[in-house]
Amino acid sequence: MAAGFGGYVTATAAAGELVVQPRMGFGDVAAMRAGLLATKRARAATAGTITVDSYTRVGDLGSAAAALASGAALNGYPLVSHGVVVNRALLHGVRDDGFPVQVRHGSANPVRIFEALLDAGLDATEGGPVSYCLPYSRIPLSQAVDHWARGCELLVARGQEEGREPHLETFGGCVLGQLCPPGQLVALSVLEGLFFQAHGLRDISLSYAQQTSPEQDVEAVLALRALAEEFLSGVRWHVVVYAYMGVYPETPRGAAALLTSAAELAVRTGAERLIVKTEAESQRIPTIEENVAALELAGRAARAARPAAPPPPSTDSQVYAEARRLIEATLELHEDVGRALLRAFKLGYLDIPYCLHPDNRGAARSRIDADGRLLWADVGALPLDDLAERHRLRPVGSAELLHALHYVQRKFDGLA
Amino acid sequence: MTRMFPDQNPARIEGRRPRALVSGVASDSHTWNLVYLQLVCEEEGLDVVNLGPCVPDELLVAECVDQRPDLVVLSTVNGHGYREGLRVVPKLRARPELAGVPIVMGGRLGVTGRREKELADQLEAAGCDRVFDSGGPEDIDEFRTLAAAVTWKADDAAARTPVQSG
Repeated sequence: MAAGFGGYVTATAAAGELVVQPRMGFGDVAAMRAGLLATKRARAATAGTITVDSYTRVGDLGSAAAALASGAALNGYPLVSHGVVVNRALLHGVRDDGFPVQVRHGSANPVRIFEALLDAGLDATEGGPVSYCLPYSRIPLSQAVDHWARGCELLVARGQEEGREPHLETFGGCVLGQLCPPGQLVALSVLEGLFFQAHGLRDISLSYAQQTSPEQDVEAVLALRALAEEFLSGVRWHVVVYAYMGVYPETPRGAAALLTSAAELAVRTGAERLIVKTEAESQRIPTIEENVAALELAGRAARAARPAAPPPPSTDSQVYAEARRLIEATLELHEDVGRALLRAFKLGYLDIPYCLHPDNRGAARSRIDADGRLLWADVGALPLDDLAERHRLRPVGSAELLHALHYVQRKFDGLA
Repeated sequence: MTRMFPDQNPARIEGRRPRALVSGVASDSHTWNLVYLQLVCEEEGLDVVNLGPCVPDELLVAECVDQRPDLVVLSTVNGHGYREGLRVVPKLRARPELAGVPIVMGGRLGVTGRREKELADQLEAAGCDRVFDSGGPEDIDEFRTLAAAVTWKADDAAARTPVQSG
């Protein structure tokens, strides 16, 4: 029997199926349980998700508890506030060897959430010291690095003590959802994977979020696989593709086409798992039924895309060259990956376009070219001088930014 | 339609641009709305202090007191907006220094994706001058008009902290 989340995904992939997974969280226990059961029963190879609410994410447990007490709607499941008895009851008869459940949270200080998920008998979650700090939190990056080091060690110690293999997924391949060039997404995913490994994790997944160009996305996932082979020896890893996380198409047909292309990307690149999005995504938090429909659509699209022999890892691409350069430039800064990440952001060797966090330099800018590829408009201090054109365009105005943010929505709604 | 950055308001003298403070609310991690609104405000002739996402109430109040903005722009799209606005706007209004500053809030404020009139009315009663929650492009047009009309309050000048670049 496959062991844990990573084992399930690896075994499912070996059997020729893409694991599909929603991002689903409800404040109400009955709704959350119904959502997990519906995911489990969906006609696809699924893994379950508990997404925590955003009060819990930022550690505002008082507001989460107050919302629960007053019956107000929450945008996710308040894992810490519900407590261990409720959480175990939620999962009883739901989670099993054929249906692992991952907790998704977005927290720069995940320790309380990790304790709660371990108490609930779970051992799979996601995030990272960079990807859940810079875009989503106000705490200094140095604090997030320390919190995440502690979180990783807690997950490893308690998970392995109970004879399990805890699983942690990097969110680094998704930072800010859109307009971060793929080379840096891949680099961040690998660097967070190395951070997890340094803190004891032996079972990791590496994320990459679909961007604006299908060809470039294939290059990116193949580069991610190649770099994982090179840098992450001694751990079990798989790749998880995220369906587009930016401004989503509004038409059902556009949304379906975008999700289908994400499933095809996963299959063509040998990725083992896919996080789906629903047709409702551009409007509001999706229902259980909409999530199930998205899971089943993605599952069908993945099957239709087979047989596809997994392509070999590809090192001959712009994305690979940029990602490798950023990884190496970062790792050279300090033998400890966490310290190296801090220095890299301080020096601008890593710099997330448009991210407003004070520890992000904010000099790098991106643009979408005529073919839809996501490129650097300004590399700032990124060490990419001979790899990317570094010309500075005039400052981007609101209309231009909006145009770029809506590129994918326009393209896919235009199909309708 | 690309707009550049000329000062739209002839009453605005060089070096005396009114200041907008753009901010997310405590539980909302979304950034693009804030980046976009910063550019819109700049295009309408305002200097912008952008606090970014996930701003705790106390920080928002402290920054508003320090910065003395001529306009406070709260934007949130995670579905907790009405609740958070009803919590934080009274905290802003409780500070005498901020009694007269226009406060506006917009975005996707509830989890249903629809305007919730009763909550919007409560938010306005709590001291929010304008709630932009129709979800349509007319919200931005109206916000631009509002931003372009904001004027600089000379009497607050001495209290201001300089705008930091970047």
